[in-house]
Amino acid sequence: MAYATNKIRTFIIDNFLFGDDTRLQETTSFLEEGIIDSTGVLELVNFLEEEFGLIITDEELIPENLDSIERVEAFLERKRHHADLENEGPAVLRIGA
Amino acid sequence: MSFTREVLQLDPARETARICGRIRELLAGPLRRRGLVIGLSGGIDSSVTAALAARAVGPARVLALEMPERHSAAETLALSTLVANRFGLPRLQEEITQPLEAIGFYQRYSEAVRLVFPDYGPGWSSKLVTESVLARTGFSRFSLVARRPDGTLERRRLPLKPYLEIVAATNFKQRIRKMLEYYHADRLNFAVAGTPNRLEFDQGFFVKLGDGAADLKPIAHLYKSQVYQLADYLGVPGEVIQRPPTTDTYSLPQGQDEFYFSLPLAQMDLCLYGKNHGIAPERVAAVIGLTSEQIERVYRDIEGKRVATRYLHLSPLLVTEIPEISGPLQSSMPVSALHQ
Repeated sequence: MAYATNKIRTFIIDNFLFGDDTRLQETTSFLEEGIIDSTGVLELVNFLEEEFGLIITDEELIPENLDSIERVEAFLERKRHHADLENEGPAVLRIGA
Repeated sequence: MSFTREVLQLDPARETARICGRIRELLAGPLRRRGLVIGLSGGIDSSVTAALAARAVGPARVLALEMPERHSAAETLALSTLVANRFGLPRLQEEITQPLEAIGFYQRYSEAVRLVFPDYGPGWSSKLVTESVLARTGFSRFSLVARRPDGTLERRRLPLKPYLEIVAATNFKQRIRKMLEYYHADRLNFAVAGTPNRLEFDQGFFVKLGDGAADLKPIAHLYKSQVYQLADYLGVPGEVIQRPPTTDTYSLPQGQDEFYFSLPLAQMDLCLYGKNHGIAPERVAAVIGLTSEQIERVYRDIEGKRVATRYLHLSPLLVTEIPEISGPLQSSMPVSALHQ
């Protein structure tokens, strides 16, 4: 998932922090650090859906899935695993596409 | 300190006198204007502001502006007219449908909605909604509710682009209204009075350079239930007092508490007061009839909205402070100094 992690990290740093990565660790809470708000969440969701070709449901819009790089990465992994199981074949997520 | 539903009780006569005195001070002092322009919406806040203005400077020095458009509720104009007449205010109607059309509002709005409802067009109506903090389990989600010409309703979640486009287009309404308020204020040498109550002011429920713009905001310190107390005292018509708070912004009727606030406004008031005064959630919960956990969520939501809407309150930010301008206002400066 290193590719996905880098993509997510670059997006957060470019889009929300204007290049300043000094306060962003893998586990940094986007909400607690004031990095994203409700519109920022929409931007993150839009990025994830477009970049990784997935659909995020209402129920998945929770901090447990989206509130740090680590959590987003784990969420993507779960989505990919779920897609693998459903398709009994290669992941439909276009990670790295 | 004790916490009951009565904490928001005020002495309406005393508060009215205090606000009216302050309005006169601000007009004669820092603002140097001769009266007040107020956009009347037929709602409780603008009605109370207008009544206070009439008391403060006399009705002849107040201009009540009515600015309906195509999507305004049918009763809006009748109610604002009732208020202007009750307080003897000169009244002017500026219909804003045409300016909105000229600037492309209706087209831009419909195009944004069609990103979510591709068939949206004549005969449809819509509104933006969000879930109460008490109902949702995660982040805020904005949805669009659309009514088809056959009357059926459907709700769909809004992705980023249509959400931003819909909000941006809709903000034209508040900004065009404010532009007209300032036009009339300039030609009369009046100031513009904004009409937010404390909930709206604190939680950023306004459009920057739209309804958020004003020279003074006479009731921004009053909780909503205190605005109702003043309305009773000042003699605001009962029809206005009984009208459920509405944004009167979308083509489908939209209550303020389904779009922005977590709870009905009377409960929101008590939560905001409780949070502002450090009242423990369990004590607020006992008075309102909710759980401590729910009050904690409302407290967090209040703080979250404060952070998210902070920029709405900010004046343009400077790289370097300019002390001659941004320092304390020299209100005692003689008028002659202005001509040097």
